[in-house]
Amino acid sequence: MLDLYSPGTSRLHRARAGWKLLALMAFGTAIFLTDTLWHVLAAGGVVVALFLLSGLTLRQAWAQVRPAIWILAILFVVQGIINSWALGAFVVARFAVLLTAAGLLTLTTRASDMIDAITFGLGFLRPVGVNPAKVGLTFSLALRFIPVLGQITQEVREAQKARGLERSLIAVALPVAIRTIKMADDVADAIDARGYRP
Amino acid sequence: MIELRDVDLSFGDRAVLRGVSLRLSERRIGVIGANGSGKSSFMRLLNGLVLPNRGTVTVDGLDTGTHGKDVRRKVGFVFQNPDNQIVFPVVEEDLAFGMKNLDLPKDQIAARINEVLARYDMTDLREYPAHLLSGGQKQLLAISGVLVMEPDWLVLDEPTTLLDLRNTRRIARAIDGVNQHVIMATHDLDLIAGFDRVILFDQGKVALDGPPAEVVPAYERMMG
Repeated sequence: MLDLYSPGTSRLHRARAGWKLLALMAFGTAIFLTDTLWHVLAAGGVVVALFLLSGLTLRQAWAQVRPAIWILAILFVVQGIINSWALGAFVVARFAVLLTAAGLLTLTTRASDMIDAITFGLGFLRPVGVNPAKVGLTFSLALRFIPVLGQITQEVREAQKARGLERSLIAVALPVAIRTIKMADDVADAIDARGYRP
Repeated sequence: MIELRDVDLSFGDRAVLRGVSLRLSERRIGVIGANGSGKSSFMRLLNGLVLPNRGTVTVDGLDTGTHGKDVRRKVGFVFQNPDNQIVFPVVEEDLAFGMKNLDLPKDQIAARINEVLARYDMTDLREYPAHLLSGGQKQLLAISGVLVMEPDWLVLDEPTTLLDLRNTRRIARAIDGVNQHVIMATHDLDLIAGFDRVILFDQGKVALDGPPAEVVPAYERMMG
């Protein structure tokens, strides 16, 4: 299940969403510029410390990385075989720290504040035809509907399992795609019905 | 008042509604009919989510085709599946969405959120992730998200279809307590027993229109 905003009153919770987004961008860039494992591990230590200082738990920190564990494992093996195991560890550590830092932002920032910050931050793209409010709403919808899509997939998988089709990718993917398209239509109607002006 | 004049609606070659003319002004109006009878399409006409191919739909004199935004301020719409209506990931944020679209000031948004959460005993859920709510709580959130916009009409399309008995009763009490005019499509005939008027749709036409005591038994006979 996707962890979203975790209410709190810490300094990080109270910090402005725009500054936190900028800090995450700077942090991510720095992580990708360094080629020293110890720098990455130290950055990871800082992120974990910020989790605890924000009233969050180590379990919540781990939950940010856990869903990507298989991708990280594949990344480690591929890098290990192609390059070296040390480089594999370095790449995996870098991604894990970045994922945890991004999770920290999500857990301490309301989606609406984040969207307001994105909408404000993208204002400079208006002259070239980008509508920042639409981009903001897109982010919100993504956050809102990731768990819903997970639930739909689970329901379809169970239904197909009952029919002995759990191993058929098409038997799961097709109904999920159809339900998702239908849902997208309904969501568009619902947004329209609540007076959204693009 | 909502008025439909000689309305036809079709999707492609499929005629959904034919020659529907109605004047709606009662405080509680139920809409019933078999699956595919056209009632959901009828409901969507009322706030301009779909537009008629022929005829007109007006709300207090405003045509849904030419004054869609004004009509949607007057007519709030609650969908069958609240999961498709809740747009923001957190309860409080979703309640604020419609009011932000109305450009209401922040203090007014906060006051209305406080009021509606207290009214439905959901104050503790203010910062709760919407996807973790129960079915009944989600539907209450969907209804609340519309009510905070203070429309004159509340249109509900089968709001209890996905709910158990306890949550159906909870939603029924919530609907019963709103000040707005209510138009509700439903298969649950108990929900509309006390309504002022019930409209029965059959094959895209109004088959019967009158008080529940007259229309509901006729519908039950029709369904065998």
